[in-house]
Amino acid sequence: MTSLPQSTTRKLGLVIDLDTCVGCHACVISCKGWNTENYGAPLSDQSPYGADPSGTFLNRVHSYEVQPPEGQAQLVHFPKSCLHCEDAPCVTVCPTGASYKRVEDGIVLVNESDCIGCGLCAWACPYGAREMDQVEKVMKKCTLCVDRIYNENIPEVDRIPTCVRTCPAGARHFGDLGDPDSDVSVLVAERGGMDLMPEQGTKPVNKYLPPRPKDTLGDIDILAPFLAPIDAEPKGFLGWLDKALEKL
Amino acid sequence: MHPAPSVIIFSTFSGLGFGLLAWLGIGLPAVTGWVAFVFYVIAYLLAVGGLIASTFHLGHPERALKAFTQWRTSWLSREGWLAVLALLVMAVHGAGLVFFDQHWWPVGLIGAALSLGAVFSTSMIYAQLKAIPRWHQKLTPVNFLSLSIAGGALLAGQVTWAIVLLLVAGAVQLATWLIGDGAFARSGTNMASATRLGTIGKVRAFEPPHTGTNYLLREFVYVIGRKHSFKLRIIAIMLMAVVPVILLLLPFHHIEALLAVLSHLAGVLAARWLFFAEAEHVVGLYYGKR
Repeated sequence: MTSLPQSTTRKLGLVIDLDTCVGCHACVISCKGWNTENYGAPLSDQSPYGADPSGTFLNRVHSYEVQPPEGQAQLVHFPKSCLHCEDAPCVTVCPTGASYKRVEDGIVLVNESDCIGCGLCAWACPYGAREMDQVEKVMKKCTLCVDRIYNENIPEVDRIPTCVRTCPAGARHFGDLGDPDSDVSVLVAERGGMDLMPEQGTKPVNKYLPPRPKDTLGDIDILAPFLAPIDAEPKGFLGWLDKALEKL
Repeated sequence: MHPAPSVIIFSTFSGLGFGLLAWLGIGLPAVTGWVAFVFYVIAYLLAVGGLIASTFHLGHPERALKAFTQWRTSWLSREGWLAVLALLVMAVHGAGLVFFDQHWWPVGLIGAALSLGAVFSTSMIYAQLKAIPRWHQKLTPVNFLSLSIAGGALLAGQVTWAIVLLLVAGAVQLATWLIGDGAFARSGTNMASATRLGTIGKVRAFEPPHTGTNYLLREFVYVIGRKHSFKLRIIAIMLMAVVPVILLLLPFHHIEALLAVLSHLAGVLAARWLFFAEAEHVVGLYYGKR
């Protein structure tokens, strides 16, 4: 049913630390691997070794340059996947009921056998979290690894989304964001976790932790005065050459 | 947005067809017998032909019947219902005119309302999408409905109504474009809100996630047509409103009426192409594009 639940018992989601992410794309690869080999239609590629490769991904890592008013530019790696919004516009537009949000944990899923591949849910999502698979012709999206987190056939340590399990930097966290005492909720409160595009009114469950402010060095560099650059005004032969070349 | 031909053809032709059905439902023109039959055939060819075209962009058209289940929340589902109900009710009304020389008013009025309801729900599929600011405005349904009613009047041979309504539809079209031009900026969604990195400084897309393209860029970031948008707008407005009105003002002749219809159709097709090609989805911001 494509009406959204009034509230969900839990709000499972991800917390992504933009301060820690090193942009290695390991989460992208493990996501592609797990979700190709397990639940639902595999994530296909088109011409993967050809001139114009393209494929279905549920998680993509962007990189942004941020230029502060003063000082050096910063590079921020920015993983982006489904945010499992509380007010998910992708769910209500679905004409068949294939798209739904689970009452028990808030995960937004697609029932692929009901999907007619109209693409309207991908249009409705402001984040680009849904991609139509070009082979299966059904809509694919992050399942929060619903086939791992409750899976008693795998070791307990692995019962988290594969992107979180894989991240070598510890930049991704998984938990119940509806419980104010959970580790992820505490982390969000401490670090000032943010919603993406809050003005779109989607109320995303996933949160992003902003990069910590860069520290600035005070006057601690006692050697600096002795290491001043060599005279910018050349003398002697180089000085003559400089002037001669200027005049040409 | 990628201007998929199936959706452009669907919304243009079924809009015209349902517009004509709405006029037939209120008894204009007051035709019966074979003449009524011809009018109904034209209306049904346009409306049903458009609906069939709309299934061409589906990944799994064989499951299309499932789209009737979610009318409580989904405008696409409501559109399906209203279109089918309009076609059924108007078929009863048409049978009355063709076979019994009877104009059943209640059936006609309900059919007319359902026909316009189908066009309205088509427009709401687009107008509901907050992620595409140009579409997410009140004028989008007004634009679709005014074109449908004016085009219907033209096909129904209601010359005076057609002249007035074509001018109204043209004015609404111009207003839709002009208000739509500033919609993205007014939406408040930009690189800073998309990444939430604006508090640090100016955000620029440095490196995309993949070297190749993807579904999102193909579907949502369509920039080819925009550079000619001004010229296409002039062509569209001339063909959809100005030329048909001039032709209608001339002494009536069937050839001129046909030319007016074809011109209007070409104009609406051009405008509908622009409707998609000019629409910018906010997801483009993540790629540093619009």
